[in-house]
Amino acid sequence: MIMKLFHEIGKFLLLIRGMFTTPENWKVYWKEFIHQCSDIGIGSLGIVAIISFFIGAVSAVQTAYQLVSPLIPKASIAQIVRDTVILEFAPTLVCIVLAGVVGSKIASELGNMRVSEQIDALEIMGINTKAYLVLPKIVAALLVIPMLVVIATGLGILGGRIAGVGSGILSAEEFDKGLKQNFVPYNVFFALSKAYTFSFIISSVPAYFGFYVEGGALEIGRSSTRSVVVSCVLILFADYILSALLL
Amino acid sequence: MIEVKNLKKGFGDKVIINGVNAVMHDGKCNLIIGSSGSGKTVLMKCLIGLFKPEEGEIFYNGKEFTHMSDEDRKEIRKEIGMLFQGSALFDSLNVERNVMFPLDMFTDWSYRKKRKRVDEVLDRVNLEKANKKFPAEISGGMKKRVGIARAIVLNPKYLFCDEPNSGLDPQTSLVIDKLIQELTIEYNITTVVNTHDMNSVMEVGDNIIYMHQGNKEWEGNNKEIIFSKNEKLNEFIFASEFLKDAKDMRMLEASGKIDNDRDMNELINGPDLKPC
Repeated sequence: MIMKLFHEIGKFLLLIRGMFTTPENWKVYWKEFIHQCSDIGIGSLGIVAIISFFIGAVSAVQTAYQLVSPLIPKASIAQIVRDTVILEFAPTLVCIVLAGVVGSKIASELGNMRVSEQIDALEIMGINTKAYLVLPKIVAALLVIPMLVVIATGLGILGGRIAGVGSGILSAEEFDKGLKQNFVPYNVFFALSKAYTFSFIISSVPAYFGFYVEGGALEIGRSSTRSVVVSCVLILFADYILSALLL
Repeated sequence: MIEVKNLKKGFGDKVIINGVNAVMHDGKCNLIIGSSGSGKTVLMKCLIGLFKPEEGEIFYNGKEFTHMSDEDRKEIRKEIGMLFQGSALFDSLNVERNVMFPLDMFTDWSYRKKRKRVDEVLDRVNLEKANKKFPAEISGGMKKRVGIARAIVLNPKYLFCDEPNSGLDPQTSLVIDKLIQELTIEYNITTVVNTHDMNSVMEVGDNIIYMHQGNKEWEGNNKEIIFSKNEKLNEFIFASEFLKDAKDMRMLEASGKIDNDRDMNELINGPDLKPC
């Protein structure tokens, strides 16, 4: 079991190392990178927007429900919504959702290419398949996912404001006042650090599972599921480590 | 020319290729035949470098391939075109883009020049009006032809075809076989075809290597194969009663024991019995 784990980690590191060679043609790699940016970014924007908006809204309502003391100013609700969205909801929850949406897509795409011999076809042409197929996905994820997290943060706070004001929990002025209270810019740095770490996990782990699939359709499905499960576990683990180290 | 010297390959304890020696000639269709599990696919994958053999050497025009550095190997690979069993077309690209892909990757030609070359090779494989179709929208035979077009677009020196007729009807198979043969002669390519389709063997087998349980059991051409005395080869190629009868007829024809169409007809259909 432990030997197998080391074997898998070694294989994963070799995959990552194998990506770093001079591209056969920069133009084609650039095109693939842009294509991946659009696929990962634009393709996930809808689900990210919906989830973050509602998470913000729910957190505003639930925070208000728990703050029953009249001694606590209502503006604190906005402050709590802001900090939970920045610190946890936007980076972690959105990335867990992305692990499912983007991760399963990457794993099944590469798995299908492996099973239908498309990866072999590229290799026979003399193309470094690790560099051409995996590197643009990881670089695109590293660029686009933090942007999605920033968008999710904004939408989460907006969702909290609309829900809080709309349900009469607090006024718009109180929410805006709370939003500015005790703002710690370091939290944004922390959120982005998490976003970059999770982006790497979301793109590289499914790429590894997809790239080395053996078998047929059943194995593609299995590897896709495994990649999502492993990515989610690694995201939660990394979340804890980063929190312990950076906060 | 491709030379294979004492090639050995196994997986775990199982020996798949057991010291094979062979020569694949220029301008000829070199066929690797054998039943399922005989090691022909593994042999082909060793030839193109997808599997690393445990022992032995492979020479491409005198250059040793198996122990080459990745960079040097890339240069040889640029001279290789391959048609895969399932065609291996890129799902996300249309026919034109699939065929253009090697040009995009390895040339700095203008789009117009690439387009012209793509049209040329698609014309050559008789696919004129499929440029904008996606692999999911075309038939198996068309996919094979696109696969061939992609394989020859960079004017390769070596063409590998892994079971080019699998999943095709006999008529389409014949078209693909003829196409491969014509391209081999036209471009003077060293073509290696991995097949167990007997029609292909008889149609395009300039040089045939018969594999049995990881060993090269027989070598010859499509004229010689029918008269071979090799028992294992005969068991493989004359697996059906129909083919055994066909062989008997060829033997009789060759020995001069039958000399007219009526005799041949009787051998095929039995004596002409009139109803009572």
